[in-house]
Amino acid sequence: MTTAFEIHDMTVAYHRRPVLWDIDLTLPEGKLVGIVGPNGAGKTTLIKATLGLVPLASGKVEIYGKSYREQRHLVGYVPQRESVDWDFPVTVRDVVLMGTYGRLGWFRRPGRAERKIADQCLEQVGMTALANRQIRQLSGGQQQRVFLARALAQDAQIYFLDEPFSGVDAATEAAIVELLQTLRASGKTVLIVHHDVQTVREYFDYVILLNMRLIACGPVDTTFTNENLHKTYGGRLTLLDEAAEAMRQREP
Amino acid sequence: MLALTITTKVMLGTALLGATAGVVGSFAVLRGRSLVGDMLAHAALPGIGLAFLIMGSRSMLGLSVGALASGLLAIGAVTLIVRWTRTKEDAAIGIVLSTFFGAGVVLLSHIQKPGIGGNKAGLDSYLFGEPGNMLTSDLLVLVVVGAAMLLVVVLLFKEFKLVCFDIDFAQSQGWPTLALDLLMMASLAVVTIVGLPIVGVILMAAMIILPAATARFWTNRLHVLLLLAAGFGMAAGPLGTYFGRGLPAGASIVLTGASFFVVSVFVAPQRGVLARVLAEYRLRKRITREHLLRSLYELSESQLPEIPNLPLATVRQYRHWNALEKLLQQEFEAGTIQTDAEHVQLTPLGLRRAAELTKAHRLWEMYLVQFADIAPDHVDRDADDIEHLLPEALLVELEQQLADEDRLPSTVAEVPSSPHDLG
Repeated sequence: MTTAFEIHDMTVAYHRRPVLWDIDLTLPEGKLVGIVGPNGAGKTTLIKATLGLVPLASGKVEIYGKSYREQRHLVGYVPQRESVDWDFPVTVRDVVLMGTYGRLGWFRRPGRAERKIADQCLEQVGMTALANRQIRQLSGGQQQRVFLARALAQDAQIYFLDEPFSGVDAATEAAIVELLQTLRASGKTVLIVHHDVQTVREYFDYVILLNMRLIACGPVDTTFTNENLHKTYGGRLTLLDEAAEAMRQREP
Repeated sequence: MLALTITTKVMLGTALLGATAGVVGSFAVLRGRSLVGDMLAHAALPGIGLAFLIMGSRSMLGLSVGALASGLLAIGAVTLIVRWTRTKEDAAIGIVLSTFFGAGVVLLSHIQKPGIGGNKAGLDSYLFGEPGNMLTSDLLVLVVVGAAMLLVVVLLFKEFKLVCFDIDFAQSQGWPTLALDLLMMASLAVVTIVGLPIVGVILMAAMIILPAATARFWTNRLHVLLLLAAGFGMAAGPLGTYFGRGLPAGASIVLTGASFFVVSVFVAPQRGVLARVLAEYRLRKRITREHLLRSLYELSESQLPEIPNLPLATVRQYRHWNALEKLLQQEFEAGTIQTDAEHVQLTPLGLRRAAELTKAHRLWEMYLVQFADIAPDHVDRDADDIEHLLPEALLVELEQQLADEDRLPSTVAEVPSSPHDLG
């Protein structure tokens, strides 16, 4: 099996307070991977650190054996829906077109080819009819689909989705899951920050259990066990917490 | 050299400044940086004073360099305060802005003492702006700055749009977001500095914020917003100087811009206050008319297919009405009812519409009772609020869902019986 994604000894700190300690993991290609853990476990941080949005205190990230910087054309990203201003003066199609900007490079504008890609991606998420809407006029589920279509327009090999199911209706959740399965079928790897422990077995092949450190990472069947879940959610990691708090206290 | 009258120069200069500030300001406003322009402008004052003291003359270039330097120093100060203390950004901006401005005023009053610069220094114009002092060379500077900004925005439209909308996504694609952000900020700084002698440090922020905020009312597309902001800015300059003859020019330009904004707040389609009030009024009106038709249907229901001639008194008692006569008159004109002083009767057209409305109402009620576990005696009011807004597609879906649950009579075209006691 080809290795799609690998993290070596990653530690991430916000304002000197560590939020992720010594993460080591390897993921094969063509899997749907859930990133699961309690609030504040560092799930979003794991993605952001991977994409270079927050600096690493130590360690490195490899995508298909090379650094993110060299491989970013292989990566698609769906940030949390709340991270942008939905009153921004753009239409649904404008947002999806942004997925093609990385390929376009400096100064070039999206042309007919890019618009065609955008429309195909909108069709895949069932949003064709709303292509010319201003994005504020969409429901939460529709906004999430727009973000997903934008990531599809990136035409990536590995996707990082930050809570794509938060605040979406049941129909959208089902549609997203179906889309993820299509992606997997074409050999893509998808990492998804996920909150609902109930649906992990149903949705994912692999799971990353996270609570400031890596609890476990592997196939759902063998990894998503009660024991590991208990380690993730149950026992507070008092020592790590206290160490982090001590670091923070030293701040003026 | 071109021989331009002072009026022409002022008109051209303020129009150019307005357009440039409008475009560059749009990105600042969309990026949530409206106040940075304000801070840059206020913080420029001590730099202008110091530059004058050092050079001993008021050449525009020298003063601009001073203004830019102290403006950048202020931005640096805010960044440091936010980074190293627990002060929030808005508070830090307020602190730095007023401190620099205070220092500027002290410097200016020192300069105006006889023997140093005196009133001849003419630095007063930097406080409130004095377009009348504009030289042809100043106009040339404005043309160059305007052209440069236009070039930057046209070239980097896509990049700026992406950074303003979703900076994390931009960075994940590998764009140098910090550099792009700084370039936007630098454009803002340059436009602010060249605008200072024209509208003054106090009011320059309005030139940056007003056109974009006004344009936002009229469009949902970024490129249109930029064009409109340029237009509003361009119009505010000359109109303000024209109508404000004898008044401080900076102030009258800003007031003109503000009047565009106020007008837009009211009359803009969709986002404007009037449009929203009108939409609300139309909805209220539609709801009362639908209530009337549904009430008439419910009162006639027992005698259908015969359409009974109902006594008006019964209708009056059936529910609370505001201005029933007027409502009846409207429906009569719409051809849905027949009415005389004592009676009211649905026409066949009215019956058909009333049946549709009642069906929608009851489908929604049934849905609430069935799926949302709302007690049947509470359901009427809840249903009333929402049913008027239900799109037809949703109603069809509702019908289907209830049919699947065997909760509808076999012929769904019929109006199902009410799930609660009427009246």
